[in-house]
Parts: sequence; structure tokens; C-alpha cells
Amino acid sequence: MSLAEDARRDLRLAGLTKRYPNGFVAVKSLDLVIPQGSFFALLGPSGCGKTTTLRMVAGLEGPTAGTIHIGDTDITHEKPFKRPVNTVFQNYALFPHLTIAENVEFGPKRRGVKDTASQVKEILELTELTEQAAKKPAQLSGGQQQRVALARALINRPEVLLLDEPLGALDLKLRRAMQIELKRIQEEVGLTFVHVTHDQEEAMTMADTVAVMNEGRIEQLGTPYDLYTNPHTTFVANFLGRSNLVKGTVVGREGTGADAVVKVDMHGTVVTIKASRVHTESSEGWIGIRPEKVLIQPAGTPLDAPGNFFSGAVVSEASYMGVSTEYHLRMPWGQELICFEQNTGRRGGLVAVGTQVDVSWRPEFAFLLDSSQDAGAGIEEE
Amino acid sequence: MTRVGRWIGRHLALALGLLVLLYMYIPNFIVALMSFNDASQSRNLYQFQSFTWDNWLNPCAPLGMCESLRVSISIGLLATIVSTIIGTLAAFALVRHRFEGRSTANLMVFLPMATPEIVMGSSLLALFVAAGLGGQLGFWTILVAHIMFCISFVVVTVRSRLSGLDSNLEKAAMDLYANEWQTFWRVTFPLVFPGILAAALLAFSLSFDDFIITNFNAGQTVTFPMFVWGAAQRGVPMQVNVIGTLMFIAALTFVILGEVASRRRARGKVSAR
Ligand SMILES: Nc1ncnc2c1ncn2[C@@H]1O[C@H](COP(=O)(O)OP(=O)(O)OP(=O)(O)O)[C@@H](O)[C@H]1O
Ligand SMILES: [Mg+2]
Repeated sequence: MSLAEDARRDLRLAGLTKRYPNGFVAVKSLDLVIPQGSFFALLGPSGCGKTTTLRMVAGLEGPTAGTIHIGDTDITHEKPFKRPVNTVFQNYALFPHLTIAENVEFGPKRRGVKDTASQVKEILELTELTEQAAKKPAQLSGGQQQRVALARALINRPEVLLLDEPLGALDLKLRRAMQIELKRIQEEVGLTFVHVTHDQEEAMTMADTVAVMNEGRIEQLGTPYDLYTNPHTTFVANFLGRSNLVKGTVVGREGTGADAVVKVDMHGTVVTIKASRVHTESSEGWIGIRPEKVLIQPAGTPLDAPGNFFSGAVVSEASYMGVSTEYHLRMPWGQELICFEQNTGRRGGLVAVGTQVDVSWRPEFAFLLDSSQDAGAGIEEE
Repeated sequence: MTRVGRWIGRHLALALGLLVLLYMYIPNFIVALMSFNDASQSRNLYQFQSFTWDNWLNPCAPLGMCESLRVSISIGLLATIVSTIIGTLAAFALVRHRFEGRSTANLMVFLPMATPEIVMGSSLLALFVAAGLGGQLGFWTILVAHIMFCISFVVVTVRSRLSGLDSNLEKAAMDLYANEWQTFWRVTFPLVFPGILAAALLAFSLSFDDFIITNFNAGQTVTFPMFVWGAAQRGVPMQVNVIGTLMFIAALTFVILGEVASRRRARGKVSAR
């Protein structure tokens, strides 16, 4: 605040660890830099330590080890009410005995702001709550309560706003509407948002950067596009969308620099994978391919994709879902692969169950993961 | 058929409910009625003779009655204040802090409520006598006894309110720049206050009402229940009904005020605009 205008006020977590008194380690040496002004999503399954991480940043839980900085200011051991950080709680935690206006002005009043009325008016307008100002939280709908929680935190213009699954209690339609609203507000006020969620779609659509968390660790961090197209672990590959993972053996490496590729033997067929998409050092690996990248064509008819090619697959299941169809393909080696196909009408119908098909995908879409990881990691979530 | 059935169902429930209410309130109506009874001519005190204002105009006519009432009210107020403070603090400790022997403490708080009063009264007397206070039985020994048995009820009442309180609310207050002191007075206390108030009312009525324990430890002091008990041997003066009616009206006023306040709170300040 008193720092020079150009000083970056990034939120930096270094070696952040939380061991609860019962000995359970909920957060395991987290290193994270969240750039100032960004919309950052912390995505992970229930119980992976998301809330614990936020609480440490807010000062509601003391870290066992590690440090928390905003810019150059060390706030690791600062009291919660002295941090330029505000939280939107998982279940809102609105004060039931105060009106909406009183809830919203709680923060400014405690900081000794003299004229809160104009600020309150402004923030209630931003969150479209002007009509509700005199009501009590219990008289509002879920979506309105959520906006009060947001307004109550935002009015303080914190440097970092922590949102702990703020949309978790809303139904799908309202959820989508609030996602757009949240994103609009973040762009309008330009604060750093750290948004916790276990909904991968929510994280992908809203955030600039997503960190995938699992069992107290960050598995991978990047843009939604990077995470989806080039996952580094089986957990990320399965937790974000779905993946086909097929066992393969590395048989060679070719080329250098950007053209470097790794050749992998997959049940008798050699497939190529770009070196930048290979995330294992060992000679075995999981070859990953997203279901919508898998192309099929009844055997005998030409397949218009140059790439890795397999014949001898049989359609074992076809689920029509309107916009697309999900096929299950029994491969010659017995494994089932999933294929999503857009219903463009090109085929003039579905491929019938039992049909022999050829399968292919473009080599640039495949990725190779470490074979020591569990191919089922991250699947049954939600 | 079903419509008729539903009609009967709805009205039967209403009729039964009214009957139960009547059953609960008839004693109070009788008391109110008897407070206008002119009993001066008759030997049979429990029958309505003729209407009079006398009892209401001279409520303190029976010798010692108003003095006993004054003693009961003073003890009741003092016992309420002290037991509410101690009990509330104890409830906070039991709910908010993890310490060695917490579950044992919870049980020990409950036990006095389960102990028969007759046992507690006699053991208290034994204690006072053993402590050399046998000659000083009276106002202060009654007060000590009342505070003791009220504390358990206060702890239990406040504790249930407090454990129903979402601890995230306090965390939210801290997150919104309230220090520990402000968090307590602006969030915790207002939310627990209804529980504390209920505990205080309960403590007062328990203390005001108590006969058994008091009787053991009263010495020469006479509380209102003891006066009524003593008078009943000869025939209750009609003025007791006046006091009874007043107490009932006071309780009724309290309840109505509380109801009005909570309705206004529930409606928010919407209507005030
Ligand atoms: N006070 C505590 N004592 C011991 N263990 C705890 C405590 N609080 C949380 N945990 C454990 O720490 C782990 C992480 O909890 P946390 O609340 O951070 O999960 P989360 O990622 O927010 O999950 P969710 O999506 O369900 O909210 C969980 O396994 C939980 O059981
Ligand atoms: Mg959580």
C-alpha cells in the first residue's frame, strides 16, 4: 500500500506446511506464486487441503512450517485482522443477527472508516443487492447470500480475495450465472482472486491459472489449456476431463529441440509422442489420449487422419448424448478405449455396437505419463 | 370423503390442543379468581364466597407475607446474577477449549441436576454445620445453596446455545478486521445472548420456587414458598393468590415482550422503512 506503485504485490507461499494436532499433514510443503491481479483457481478433490491452505493465508490457521508473503511483506505470523486479505467462506458465514447492510459495513467499521454509507451503497449496487439492504441473511436466497458474502469481503478492497467454494451450495443454473458474474467483478475491480473449487469445469472457465491439488501437494500448475492438453500426471489427466491411458514401452528417441519425439511401442504398434509431452524418464509409460481426439471409422473405409493407426477394434457400447456420442472401443489387446464424436451428421447415424472399426489419433495430441502412477488416480471424484 | 376426513383431522387437532392448553391454564385462572374471594366470613377457604377488592387493596395484610416475598426476590435476583455469570463463563470454557478432563467436567456439571433435592438440601446443611456455620443459617446460606444448584442449569442452557453457534462466524469477524475483543462483543455475545437470558430467567424461577433445599438451610429466615407452606397448615390467606396472579402476569408479559422482539427481529427492519 505504502509501497511504490510498480512494486509487484504477488502472493507467495514457500514451503507452506500444515500438520494438525492429531498428526495429520493436510498441506505438504506448498510452493506457489500467485501473480497480482490474477484469477487463480485451486482445484482438487474433497479433503486435499484447499480450505486449510486458504485458512493459513487468511491467518485463521497457523502454518507448521513455511512462509507467506504479499510482495515483500511477510504475513506468515500476522493476526488475521491485520492482513490485507479477505475470505468468502465455504458456507458464507454471514452474521445472522445483522442486516445485509450491517454485514457489509462490518469490515470498514472495524477499520475505522468514517463514512461507510457511500461505500456500502456502491458495493451493493455492484452485487445487485440494493433491494435487500435492510433484510436479514435468513431472508435471502442462496444466490443472494453468496453475493452478500462477496460484497462483505470486496468492500474492503483487500489485496487478495480468497473464495472457498463460494458456488458450492448453488444449483447448476445459478452456478453458471454466478461464475460469469464473479469473473466480471474480478475484471472490474482487478484484485487477486484465489478461487477454491472441486469443480474442474468451474476452474477451467474462470481462472487464468489453475493449480491442481491432491493430498496436500500441487500436482500441476498452468493455464487451463496447458493442463488439459498436456497433463503431467495420471491424476491430472483423469481429474480434468477424461483420458485413455494405455501401457507402452519406450523404444527410441529421435530428433532434437522442438522436433524431438519419443517412439513408444503400444501393443505392437509404434506411436510417436512429442518430447515436450513426455513426463517420464523410465522405459515404460502410460500413453494418454483424450477421448475427443480419438477418431474412428468402420473397417475398410478410409480414415482421413494421418497419425497413429490401429485396426481390429470393435464398438462395444454407444451412448447417444445429443451433441455428441460416447463410444466404447474394445481394442485387440482387450482394453476399452473411450471415444467422443461430435454428431455432425457426417455419418448419417451412429456406428452400431459390434461394428469393426479402425482407430487413429494425431501424434501431437498424445502424452506419456510415468508408469509407476496409478492409471485410476483422480477418477471417481465427484 | 378425504375432504371431510381432513376437516375432522384439522379441527380435531385444534380442539385437542385447546383442551391441553385449558388443562395447563385452569390452575392459573382459579388462582386469579380466588384473589377476589372474600374469605373473611367463611371457614372454608377453598371455596369462592363473594367478590371483593380487599385482597388486592391490602396485599400485605397477612403478617410476614410481604417480608418473605422481599427475601425471596432478593435471593432470587442475587442468585440469578451470580449463577448466570459463573455458569456462562463455565459454558464458554467447556465448549470453546479443549483441555484435560473436559468430558469429566461436562458430566460433573450435569450431576447436581440429577441429584434429589432432599439429598442435596440435607448434605448442604451438614456441610454448613461442619463448617461451623450452624448458628448463622439464614439469608446467606440460602443464597449460597441457590447459586450452587442454579449454576448447572445455566451451564447447560448456555452450552447448548453456544455449541449450536457456527465457529466460522467468529473466524469471519476476525477476517473482517475485528480484533478478539470486538469479535466477542459484536458477534459471539449477541448470538449467545438469548441463551444467557433464558438461563437467567430459568435460574430466577428455580431460586424463587425452591422449597426443599431452602427449608434445610434457612434457619429463622422465611422465604415466600416457606411462608405459603406454613400458612397452608392454617389456611392460605387470599393474598397469596394476589401474589400468584401478579407472578403469572409478570411471566406472561416477559413471554409476550420476548415474542414481539423476536418477531420484529425476524422481519428485519423492512417494516421500519
Ligand atoms: N482441525 C483438523 N484436525 C485434523 N484434521 C483436519 C482438521 N481440519 C481438516 N483436517 C483434515 O485435513 C484435510 C484437508 O482438509 P481441508 O478442509 O483443507 O480440505 P478441502 O480440500 O477444503 O476439502 P473440501 O473440498 O471437502 O472442502 C482433510 O483430510 C481433513 O480431514
Ligand atoms: Mg474446503
